[in-house]
Amino acid sequence: MTTLIAILIDGLTYSSWLFLVAAGLTIIYGVMRILNMAHGSFYAIGAYCGASLVGWYFTGAEGSPYWSYLLLVLAAVASGLLVGLVIEQGLLRFLYRQNEILMVIVTYALLLILEDVTKLVFGVDPYFTYQPYSLLGRTEISGLAFSNYDLMLVAVSVVVGAVAWAVLNRTHKGKLLRAVIHDREISVAMGVNVRAMFAATFVVGSVLGALAGALTAPAISVSPGIGVEVIVLAFAVVVVGGLGSIEGAIVGSLMVGLSRAAAVHLAPEIELFVIYGVMSLVLAVRPQGLFGRALARKI
Amino acid sequence: MKLDKTQGALLAVTVALAAAGFAAPYWLTFLLMLALAKGLVVQGVVIQMRTGLVSFGQGLFFCIGGYGVGVASNLMGCTDAFVQLGLAVVVSLAVAAVLGLLMTRYRDIFFAMLSLALSMILFGVLVKNQALGSTDGFNVAAQTYLGWAPGPHQQKLVSYLLTVVIAGIAAQLIYLYMHSGVGQISEAIRENEIRVEYLGLSPRWLIYGNYLVAAAISAVGGALTAFATGHIDPEMAFWTTSGEFVFIALLGGITHVAAPFVAAVLFAVVRTYALEFTPNTWQLILGVVLLAIIIFLPKGLWSLIQRDKRAKA
Repeated sequence: MTTLIAILIDGLTYSSWLFLVAAGLTIIYGVMRILNMAHGSFYAIGAYCGASLVGWYFTGAEGSPYWSYLLLVLAAVASGLLVGLVIEQGLLRFLYRQNEILMVIVTYALLLILEDVTKLVFGVDPYFTYQPYSLLGRTEISGLAFSNYDLMLVAVSVVVGAVAWAVLNRTHKGKLLRAVIHDREISVAMGVNVRAMFAATFVVGSVLGALAGALTAPAISVSPGIGVEVIVLAFAVVVVGGLGSIEGAIVGSLMVGLSRAAAVHLAPEIELFVIYGVMSLVLAVRPQGLFGRALARKI
Repeated sequence: MKLDKTQGALLAVTVALAAAGFAAPYWLTFLLMLALAKGLVVQGVVIQMRTGLVSFGQGLFFCIGGYGVGVASNLMGCTDAFVQLGLAVVVSLAVAAVLGLLMTRYRDIFFAMLSLALSMILFGVLVKNQALGSTDGFNVAAQTYLGWAPGPHQQKLVSYLLTVVIAGIAAQLIYLYMHSGVGQISEAIRENEIRVEYLGLSPRWLIYGNYLVAAAISAVGGALTAFATGHIDPEMAFWTTSGEFVFIALLGGITHVAAPFVAAVLFAVVRTYALEFTPNTWQLILGVVLLAIIIFLPKGLWSLIQRDKRAKA
């Protein structure tokens, strides 16, 4: 019973973290058909900016430690905005006509570049910002202690998911966006400013990536290579759920998160295996993912 | 048998490289050995690229090749280089024969992502497996050749010669394949798969065949890498390793059989110096070069992007 509760709660916190990481990736793919490998770098940049800003706050500035949460979010939004805008306006908008697989390689190049840029800007030594993590303390649930910070992440990802869903399904802009997702050419013909939509989507996606990084920063040691590890996890999640679908990302992160938590508690040696195992299994049965649309072959 | 110009040139380069092994300093032959072994894996990536498929998980078979050598030498006590190579290829082919049935159903980014996931599965299994050395991997004992155990100095020369000869043979075979009727269908599949189907050919089985061939030569590349470095670890299956192969493939382009080897050597040389002088900007250089190739020098890529443009006759 205790193990079951542990699996459920660990799975839930891990799932919500996965969803935060994967949300930006799936939104960008859904609208722009770009499978963005550089998403891992957005995550890393967010983490570094969050960690530096909060680190500075706790060493230098006076004020309530609770402001640090706001700082994390601010760092994420600022860095995501900047990086997203620069990349979209400076490079990607010239390449929108290329095919999907080439865009994967372009974003792979971006990942390589951003990896080293973060090393040059932030150095190679790890950053630790445990304060926001330990500040919230722990909760005991049937004899097991869970960090409140991790539980708070569940709430954050629920909010992110709800806002994304509401914007897409309940607003005028969201309707336009769904039109673009459905058929880019017809949307252009109907007078939708697709390029502006693309720019906005990419920036939102990169801010979400940076937000995931910044919110994770207090729980980990921020060091080179975190982006590279995260990106394949995010891939697994969005591929399971169906590329480009928010609902899919939710279900995908729950499936991956819960099965990983189960593996960690029951059979730790297959922990990594299980994530990609779930992904391969889903792909074998439903190639377009659980919520993806099957595309007709074009001659 | 009469050789055409390319075959003659390949043969000449093979002989020249082999001869250089007797005179060149060790660091150079070591660099060439690693580059040629890597070039073999890149050939595997390129063979699949000719049908328009980009494998972001060729590290899977590279790693199987390396571990084939490691398992044969450390767990089975067999140090014969040819048996080890054979084991690497057989295991790799067996795995590919099963996975290929799944992989051939996918195209474009799904092929790329699934191949990536499969190699990450192997990575995950190896990292957690104590018997196979976990994250550290293990060292591989020096090889023997049909019962003959060369001394430590000869050892390096012999394994270099073996690598050069295998790469030379592989290049000849791939050249023949590229210019055979079956090989040229690859190009047709990349341009328009459905039309190939309408012509009465089966793209799926050709892609399956290519997948097996790619798996086999990638395993050879992995095995030779294990010979060269005397060490294997799970990083061989990590997706960044596979990304490197894709990079080299794009660097060389897919039109000429020698391109992957040349690109691999160039890559190794540049990396040696880049790591020496600016260790923290190596990936930055890679990324910029990759973008530059895609934007300014799309020759290797062009046929991949423009399915409708006819290839050079």
